[in-house]
Amino acid sequence: MSSQGVDLKKRRMLITATAGLGAVGAGFALVPFLSYWAPSARAKALGAPETVDISKLEPGAMMTAKWRGKVCWVVRRTEETLKWLKEDTANLADPDSEVPQQPEYCKNYHRSIKPEYLVAIGICTHLGCSPSYRPEIGPADLGEDWKGGFFCVCHGSRFDLSARVFQGLPAPTNLVIPKHKYLSDTVVIIGEDDGGAA
Amino acid sequence: MSFMTWIDERFPATKVWNEHLAQYYAPKNFNFWYFFGSLAMLVLVNQIVTGIWLAMSYKPDATLAFASVEYIMRDVNWGWLIRYLHSTGASAFFVVIYLHMFRGLMYGSYRKPRELLWIIGMIIYVVMMATAFMGYLLPWGQMSYWGAQVIINLFAAIPVIGEDLSIWIRGDFVISDATLNRFFALHFLLPFILAALVFVHIVALHKVGSNNPDGIEIKKGPKGNKWSDTAPADGIPFHPYYSVKDIAGVIGFLILFLAVVFFMPEMGGYFLEPPNFEPANPLKTPDHIAPVWYFTPFYAILRAVPSFAGTQVWGVIAMGAAIVVLFFLPWLDRSPVKSIRYKGPIFKGMIAMFVVVFIILGYLGMLAPTPMGTLMSQICTILYFVFFLAMPFYSKIDKTKPVPERVTK
Repeated sequence: MSSQGVDLKKRRMLITATAGLGAVGAGFALVPFLSYWAPSARAKALGAPETVDISKLEPGAMMTAKWRGKVCWVVRRTEETLKWLKEDTANLADPDSEVPQQPEYCKNYHRSIKPEYLVAIGICTHLGCSPSYRPEIGPADLGEDWKGGFFCVCHGSRFDLSARVFQGLPAPTNLVIPKHKYLSDTVVIIGEDDGGAA
Repeated sequence: MSFMTWIDERFPATKVWNEHLAQYYAPKNFNFWYFFGSLAMLVLVNQIVTGIWLAMSYKPDATLAFASVEYIMRDVNWGWLIRYLHSTGASAFFVVIYLHMFRGLMYGSYRKPRELLWIIGMIIYVVMMATAFMGYLLPWGQMSYWGAQVIINLFAAIPVIGEDLSIWIRGDFVISDATLNRFFALHFLLPFILAALVFVHIVALHKVGSNNPDGIEIKKGPKGNKWSDTAPADGIPFHPYYSVKDIAGVIGFLILFLAVVFFMPEMGGYFLEPPNFEPANPLKTPDHIAPVWYFTPFYAILRAVPSFAGTQVWGVIAMGAAIVVLFFLPWLDRSPVKSIRYKGPIFKGMIAMFVVVFIILGYLGMLAPTPMGTLMSQICTILYFVFFLAMPFYSKIDKTKPVPERVTK
């Protein structure tokens, strides 16, 4: 390029403006490519709320449902368990559910709408394994103090029957309680409450 | 006019051949540690060739993937061989690369003027880890699924954006067909990026020249050897001397590699983990999730750090830092000498400790968590970082030996 009789300042300005606008254009062109990776309309539709019939659930038993491909537990707790959950909170990391891992209406010691039934997402808050349901009292592998709860075999996190995590374990927070509501006494819908779908 | 002259007037074939092979002078004192660079290239070629062949029969679909791998194993002609070459090749790649990196660590091959060479190598290592991780999802077994679940959730641990980021990576609220399909596409793409990075790595190597077990710059030494008056006196042409030597390395490597491929392709559960012979089941976590052996040292570091302040991002940061710190190695080493041969007792002690700690971490990362194991991981994690972060101090005060003028045997 000959620079004789050329306004170099203007040339530099034009080069900068052209390159700058090109970068903005490239940025916009990236949008479809990045957005392509987000969940598709079909994936979103499959993530719709899930209806669960809990009429056959015995006290002390657990059933699983699937919502957005995640394991959801429904546990029917006994009176005795509920008493422990209310009183035996000394070793819990967050006994009062201060961390918002649950809808506002589940911020209580039983972390549910009805004290008897717990609805929780069965995915460990550490790294996403699914803890196992261990309702027995004082089994050999979990120790005498175990009053029933969930144990994550991957990294050893322990949760009580309100899905609250014990102190000093890999999992940082209580398990997530999804939005849910009762359509009748025996039918619960996961992923939706009176405030709308999740 | 000869055929080569006709070519050379249009494409610098002879020039490139001479510059990078026939008249590329490498130090004459390479030992067996210098096999691993060329072996890494061999394994990369093996992975690309067998990978493309596998892709001809594999189905990246959540309902078909597991069965298509079994189809390759049972029904496709020689499918078992191609598949075992690929799965064993993945582990062999990391064996070779870890030895290649350790060679650099011993002989100070990352020191000036080879800082960029080391950094390009580290980028290759990180891309390799991403490639291996995505490839491990493809058989769609239980360990594929749950291993990916654990690793993708590392991103979810990042405050504020984590949850959305992990959904974006998966393309779904859980690992699903969408995740499998995109991991297949990326697993196909990344090896070609790797090949390009290897090319850049070699361009950088040939700019600065190879280091050697003595850590002496042969370009700064006297000139003139049997082939050229201007070439370094301690250099010999790469071809035929090192090309032939590397073939000997290839033979030794292939004996060991094929012994595994033919006689113990699962390597007792270390190369192919037992739960992966069961199809992925999103509703059932295997009793124990462990990554493949080459990731376990970092996995042990991840698990060693407890969560606090309501987040477990600290473990993720520690694991990331364990890899990032390697990038800074050229500036952490302040020793006046490069090679371990002339370094003092402190450095030798530290590097021995580092090897032991890395192996212990790798072992602990395979085991189910126990309080004792966690404590050991924590101690080893601290020592891992001590090796790097204390290096500016101990490498400086260490008593070194005088470096000879010319390379030794």
